[in-house]
Amino acid sequence: MDIFKNIAIILLTGILTENFVLSKFLGICPFLGVSKKASSSLGMGIAVTFVMVFATIATYPIYHGVLVPLNIEYMQTVAFILIIALLVQLVEMAMKKYMPPLYKALGVYLPLITTNCAVLGVTILNIDNGYNFGESIINALGAGLGFLLVMLIFSGVRGRIEKCNVPKAMQGTPITLIAASIVSLAFIGFGGIVDNIFGA
Amino acid sequence: MSYLKEFTKGILKENPNLVMLLGMCPTLAVTTMAENGLGMGLATTFVLVCSNLVISLLKKIIPSQVRLPSFIVIISGFVTLVGMLLQKYIPSLYDALGLFLSLITVNCIILGRAEMFACKNKVIPSILDGLGMGIGFTLSLLTVGSFREILGSGTWFGIQLLPDFIQPMTIFILPAGGFFSLGIIIAIVGKISKQKPKDITCSSCPNRESCRFAESEPVESAAVSEK
Repeated sequence: MDIFKNIAIILLTGILTENFVLSKFLGICPFLGVSKKASSSLGMGIAVTFVMVFATIATYPIYHGVLVPLNIEYMQTVAFILIIALLVQLVEMAMKKYMPPLYKALGVYLPLITTNCAVLGVTILNIDNGYNFGESIINALGAGLGFLLVMLIFSGVRGRIEKCNVPKAMQGTPITLIAASIVSLAFIGFGGIVDNIFGA
Repeated sequence: MSYLKEFTKGILKENPNLVMLLGMCPTLAVTTMAENGLGMGLATTFVLVCSNLVISLLKKIIPSQVRLPSFIVIISGFVTLVGMLLQKYIPSLYDALGLFLSLITVNCIILGRAEMFACKNKVIPSILDGLGMGIGFTLSLLTVGSFREILGSGTWFGIQLLPDFIQPMTIFILPAGGFFSLGIIIAIVGKISKQKPKDITCSSCPNRESCRFAESEPVESAAVSEK
């Protein structure tokens, strides 16, 4: 039971209370840039979740199996960003060959992800928080799902803004950011929900 | 004279942060205090100048197919260096910036300048470009940081500004206040400079050339000719 409780706590924390976009400010560029349509939000969200989980699976063993024994933990950033860039290329090639329908749906988003700070961020946070391998993967999954959820909600919000009569100076990015701030306020409401459910 | 132009364009006219809308993640994340904003801005400036210098020196050697990974390796090397220096000499700033120090690597301002400027220009203009863009970024972080610190905690660089009986609006140092402050500041800058800030789209993203999503955007004229 304890394992399930632990998994649920990490997942819910990643999705709701410590959402990557709205409380950690990671992945803001795709959040503001690709959230105009629900379909592209969904594709981007799924692709990011996918890469986050794979990046964690790839970087965690390298950190603990190569960098720590050699005492070169300071090479973390360089090593991780290279692994992520390589991984995105490999995932893209494998998908193109073996899963063409999936490639058609997600392929366009993959190159964008190399320089997405949320992906590098989640791999570094897993190490900083001292999670074990299983917990790291769950955390990556939670972060990805949280990103997906916020992208979907925000594409709906932006659809409404497009129809509004916004003052001239606020048009475009300023009103988008203020809308994001209101969505973020709503997520503050989730604070403490995980502790209350699990009595942790 | 053109050297001067390379240097000054980044400060207001093409401010990477408030006009070009790049590097939003650190702008929102570290600006709860003016001091952190300034520190982040200077660290980014250092990496930007060094990476622009090295990339413009190596521009003939790096094959264009692997240019993006090569740039990322050069940039992350300098980020590691900055991290070590800060940890040794300014540990308080190192702790405050935390994760976002490593994430300078994926700051799209640095990659964007490498891709758009340093790999096409000579060494001295590249350094000046990096310096100007870095100062522009630092100033905008300082502005957002001051705005949020004064309203959110009633202090500026740790100096008490508001009298005790005025309650500061804590919401401004929460994430929601970050989005709000940045929105307001971008609107003000747009009003003063009389140019509308660009909408955040794929056109400002340094990755757009290697990315097929940008081409699939209907607004891009390239997509039409491609079809």
